[in-house]
Amino acid sequence: MCRSAFVGVLLALFLLPLAALAADLPALTGRVVDNAGIIDAGTRAALTQKLADFETKGSDQIVVATIPSLGGEEIEPYANRLFRFWKLGQAKENNGVLLLVAPNDRKMRIEVGYGLEGTLTDLHTKLIIENDMVPAFRAGDFSGGITKAVDDMIMVLEGNPEELEARGKRNEQAPFNSDDLFFAIFIIIWALIFFGGIAMTVLPPIFGQKIGPGRYRWLGMTFDQNRRSSSGGWSSGSGGWSSGGGGWSSGGGFSGGGGSSGGGGSSGSW
Amino acid sequence: MITERLSLSSPFRSLPAFLIMVFVLPLLAGCGYNTIPTAEENAHAAWSEVLNQYQRRSDLIPNLVETVKGYASHEKDTLDAVVQARAKATQITVTPDTLKDPEALKKFQDAQAGLTSALSRLIAVSEAYPDLKANQNFLALQAQLEGTENRIAVARRDYIQAVRDYNLTLKTFPSVLWATFWFRGNQPFANFTVEEDKMQVPKVDFGTGTKQGG
Repeated sequence: MCRSAFVGVLLALFLLPLAALAADLPALTGRVVDNAGIIDAGTRAALTQKLADFETKGSDQIVVATIPSLGGEEIEPYANRLFRFWKLGQAKENNGVLLLVAPNDRKMRIEVGYGLEGTLTDLHTKLIIENDMVPAFRAGDFSGGITKAVDDMIMVLEGNPEELEARGKRNEQAPFNSDDLFFAIFIIIWALIFFGGIAMTVLPPIFGQKIGPGRYRWLGMTFDQNRRSSSGGWSSGSGGWSSGGGGWSSGGGFSGGGGSSGGGGSSGSW
Repeated sequence: MITERLSLSSPFRSLPAFLIMVFVLPLLAGCGYNTIPTAEENAHAAWSEVLNQYQRRSDLIPNLVETVKGYASHEKDTLDAVVQARAKATQITVTPDTLKDPEALKKFQDAQAGLTSALSRLIAVSEAYPDLKANQNFLALQAQLEGTENRIAVARRDYIQAVRDYNLTLKTFPSVLWATFWFRGNQPFANFTVEEDKMQVPKVDFGTGTKQGG
C-alpha cells in the first residue's frame, strides 16, 4: 500500500520530465499516428473508425504509426520501444498490435503484443507485409497498402470469434475489475477495525470531555473505555484507492491500455 | 480542565509513539525491505524469458535443417555446423548459480552466439536456392526464426535492465542497508556484455560459399 502510494506520487511528480525524456518517441495522438504524412485524410478517418470499432468488439488495440525516419536505429528495437512506451493492448491481455512504417528507411514492421502472438503469428505478419504492403508501397500507394494490411490483420484476429468475444467480455469490466474491488473492500474493513478501534480509545480522551472514570463525551457520544463498548457509531476510515492498470479507452481520448510486447511479429522492407 | 485532561489521559502520552508506528513502520517495511527480493525475482523472471526464447530457437532447428536438406543437400558443411552448434548449446546446463558466475554465463553465451552465427550462415546460403525460398515450409520456419531472434534480443535487453536494477539495489542507498543487514547472501548477477550483442551480425561469405553451386 505504502509502495503503490509512493509510486503514484513519484509518477505524478516525474510525469513532466519523463515526457520530455521520451521526446524522441512520437506521442500517441490517436489510432493512426501519421507523422510521416503518407496517409491521406479520408483513409485516416476510415482507418480510425475501423480500428475503434474493432476495439469495442474484442478489446484488441491496433495502432498504425508512420515516422519519417528511424534516426539510424534498427526498426525492431524502435518498434518495441514505441510499443512499450504507448502500452498498447489491455494490461492483462497484452493484446495490442503496432503497424510501423518508416518511409525514408523504406522499412515496416508489425509488432505484436504478448497476448496475440498465438493468433497473429510471425508467419501471418510476414505474409501480410510481403503480400499486402510491399507491392503497394513499391507502387507508392501507402494508403492502400496500409488499409489492406489492417483489413488482413483484423481478418486474422477475427478468425477465432469465440476467443475474440471472450476477450472483449473480460475487458469490459476492466475499469472496475473484481480484484481491485475485493482489495478495496478488504482495506476499508481493515482500516475500520484497526483505526476505528484506535480512534475510539485514543481520540475521546484527547478531544472529548471527561464525564467519569474512563468515560468521555465526544461529538455528542459517550465513550466508555472500561466496558470497551460505546453508544457511539463507528468512525469510518477512509480507504481511498485508485484503479491502477487497465485504463479502458473510449470515446475521443485514446490511450494504450497498459499492454506490452516481447518482440513478436516481423519486419520487412521495400 | 486542560491539566486534568493531560495528567489523566495516558493514551495521549503514547500518541507520538503511535504516530511513529503509523508512519515509519510501513515506510521501513514497505518501501525498503521488499526492494531487493522484488528486484531479484524480476531478474530471475527476465532470465527465464531469455532461456525460454533460446529454447524456442533450439526447437525450431531440426525442422529447419530437414527442410533445407531436401533442397540443398550439398551444403553439408553448413548444415553440420548448425547441428553441432545446437548440440553444443543444449549441452550446457543452466543452474540458478549460473547467474552469479560470470564465467558460466560467458560459456552459455558463447555457445548461443556460435549457434547464432551458424544459423545466419545457413540462412545466407539458402538465398542461393530459389526452390527452397519458394517452399512454404521454409518461409514459415524463416519467419519464426526471425521472430525468435528478435524475441531473444528483446529478452536480453529486458534481462540487462533487470540485472542493472537488481545490482543497483545491492549497491545504492537506502536498499544497501537492507543488503548489509539482512540479505547478506545476495550477490550481484552477471550481465550480458555489449560485444556479445554485436556478434549477431550475419557473416556472408561470397568467396567460398557459392563455389559448390557454380
